[in-house]
Amino acid sequence: MTLLSVSNLSLSIHGLRILDGVTFSVAPGEIVAVTGESGSGKSMTALAAMQLLPKGTTTSGHVMLGDDDLTQMSEAALCGVRGNDIGMVFQEPMTALNPVQTIGRQVAETIRVHEPSVSRAEAEARAADTLARVGLPQDRFPLSRYPHELSGGQRQRVVIAIAIALRPRLLIADEPTTALDVTTQAQILKLLTRLAREDGMGLLMITHDLAVVADMADRIVVMRKGQIVEQGETQSLLRDMRHPYTKMLFEASRHEVDLPEAPAPMPLLEVKDVCRDYRLPRKTLFGQPGHFRAVDNVSFTLNRGERLGLVGESGCGKSTLTRAILGLEPVQEGSILLDGQPVFTGTKPNLDVRRKLQVVFQDPFGSFNPRHRVDRLVTEPFHLLDNAPQGAERTRAIDEALTAVGLTPKDARKYIHEFSGGQRQRIAIARALIIRPELILFDEAVSALDVSVRAQILDLLADLCSHYDLTYLFISHDLSVVRSVTDRVLVMKSGQIVEAGETGQVFDAPQHPYTQALIAAAPVLPDLSLAAG
Amino acid sequence: MLRYATKRFLSLLISLAVASLVIFVVIEVAPGDPASFMLGLNAQPETLAALRSELGLDQSRPERYLEWVSGMLQGDFGTSYTYRTPVTEMIGDRLWVSVPLALYALALSILVAFPAGIFAASRRGQAGDVGVMGATQLGVAVPNFWFAMILVLIFSINLRWFSAGGFVGWDKGLFAGLHALTLPAIALALPQAAILARVMRSALLDVLDEDFMRTARAKGLTARQALWRHGLRNALIPVLTIIGLQFSFLLAGSIIIEQVFYLPGLGRLVFQSISARDLIVVESVVMLLVFSVILVNFLVDLAYGAVDPRLRART
Repeated sequence: MTLLSVSNLSLSIHGLRILDGVTFSVAPGEIVAVTGESGSGKSMTALAAMQLLPKGTTTSGHVMLGDDDLTQMSEAALCGVRGNDIGMVFQEPMTALNPVQTIGRQVAETIRVHEPSVSRAEAEARAADTLARVGLPQDRFPLSRYPHELSGGQRQRVVIAIAIALRPRLLIADEPTTALDVTTQAQILKLLTRLAREDGMGLLMITHDLAVVADMADRIVVMRKGQIVEQGETQSLLRDMRHPYTKMLFEASRHEVDLPEAPAPMPLLEVKDVCRDYRLPRKTLFGQPGHFRAVDNVSFTLNRGERLGLVGESGCGKSTLTRAILGLEPVQEGSILLDGQPVFTGTKPNLDVRRKLQVVFQDPFGSFNPRHRVDRLVTEPFHLLDNAPQGAERTRAIDEALTAVGLTPKDARKYIHEFSGGQRQRIAIARALIIRPELILFDEAVSALDVSVRAQILDLLADLCSHYDLTYLFISHDLSVVRSVTDRVLVMKSGQIVEAGETGQVFDAPQHPYTQALIAAAPVLPDLSLAAG
Repeated sequence: MLRYATKRFLSLLISLAVASLVIFVVIEVAPGDPASFMLGLNAQPETLAALRSELGLDQSRPERYLEWVSGMLQGDFGTSYTYRTPVTEMIGDRLWVSVPLALYALALSILVAFPAGIFAASRRGQAGDVGVMGATQLGVAVPNFWFAMILVLIFSINLRWFSAGGFVGWDKGLFAGLHALTLPAIALALPQAAILARVMRSALLDVLDEDFMRTARAKGLTARQALWRHGLRNALIPVLTIIGLQFSFLLAGSIIIEQVFYLPGLGRLVFQSISARDLIVVESVVMLLVFSVILVNFLVDLAYGAVDPRLRART
């Protein structure tokens, strides 16, 4: 018996083909994962199953829930299905809840909207039960809490409670853990699996991360450009991998690069006993404001030519530390020296040091001015130089930087919107390289990229390492990436560095309990050779 | 919420103190002697001296400031030089026209703008949206004195429903008073309503794109339910800001409409006292307006706090 059966579903938005003949099914109690890179149509598949499609969408084919064809239903009938028969969980827990309503009211609303006869008090009692079920017991998380009083993982639990309050037959989860830390991700995945098994609920998981679903899903559907390229039972799909795209996805996810040997240790960046405090809002009108120590007594040395990783979960202080190293903010205690000179002097960054430092940020879409051409964007660091190259020399520098990152000199006259996410990240790297800095900081630089693009960028990094003798600090929450592109790694928790060492050693034999927990929680792809055997 | 309100109230007091100082300094420090400015070029030295001592210009500046402020705190704004009557009395009479008129116009503006904005937002890009937006474009563009004259032409001269101007006074009863203020209030409300409707629409459209609206739809709410239950309150913050600004403007910015309808309001008083160089009245009215702006901002801040729990938490 099938619960959800999507057959031959095609979908266009304003004439642009998004889905093409998609066919798959979900049985009661079954966990089906739909995976693929951005633009594969996986999220649109989820929205189509809810019939929550954007304006201007035309569809053909069928979406059957039991015996009902959702594509043929009236909007009023669909409102009766959504939330009642199908629940949905979204990617961004930070924005998926109404900020001005209490969590109790938002969970109770699911019940009240489908069962108008239920009294407010009863709906709230049931909401409290549901919240307890998803791990938010009343004694610690009363109904009167507002979303902003909860963490990301807790908010995602509320979103799940909203979706399962009426014990729907089908739960659709669209990238439910992408925005969460690894340890939180592991908890949420466990919760979703438990709920599906307990209620005999079908679970349709949409995710870009194969590792997330490898040990959780019963079946996997691989999508590419609106089409299903391969689907099947998880074990056999991973074992056989008939389609080259599946194989490519799998390999790109566990892509490893060959870094050249690091030169003999010679200190470049010295961070000594650094503390960074933030002032908290006053608790009482005339009381002393409290302080939050975001970075607590951190010391490390980064040698010339070394590739150092910094891992930790959100809020651990890694971004604060990055800003301090860049000289964007003063530190309260300790010193940060690059080549023996402080990065921050008096009230402003030390310009002599700043020109030896560049940074590549996470968001390839937000970190460029859309009105400037690439040549101007790439040459932005020139303002740090006393004698910035002019004329032909400038053009040569631009050409060289663009070529180094795998683009062509004629890209210099284009605008940023003409490039894909991966190309933009290449431009960001070109911008960092152009003044030949001593040190580059990569702040979650590959986190927003698809796995195949990520693999290319990591290759580019390894390549640049051998050509430019790069020294970098690679900050990321993604352990597998850090493992691949660093020589040494620092693990940060609550503002402190809890473990430091050779990357391979830290990953293979973590000493600190926190590092052990992090590594245990990180989803891993099964070893293919073992699966085959 | 109490701590939030206390904090906002303290900031209100500080703003008032700073504003009073600025107004005093501007009028004091402005080049020339206030007395000779008020009397004009051909003033007799004796009259000048008399006015100077009447204005207290022979005292030191800090003394005069303290006297001015403590007078105001006791409701004494001084005596108008031109009219020889207490300024408190003059302003008081005018406030009884201006405040009700501003509130009336604001109420009309909200009454029209909210439904229009919500209607347009819920039909984004459709005929209803285009129609409402076209109408608001017109509402912003039409000069309100011209619109006032059209109103008088139709409703006073042709239909004879309303009088063409003047104010009967509140002693004739609430209805008679409101009746007299109706046409001016409509004339004042038109551009305000048009602006407010546009703000309401764009604020709602921003909210409609939020993730939590999708969550609401996924729960099984209809588009309309989602808009009313989750959209509206989140869209209110920018709308409240505009309402606050509009009230302050309506209180004193209605000089032209008061002129068209012969209304004895605050706007005309300011205009007349500026023409007569009556600095005492100007200073007092300006202070009063500043006070009302700051007060309205305080109320808007409280409303923000009521609407958005995050603001309450932040302080």
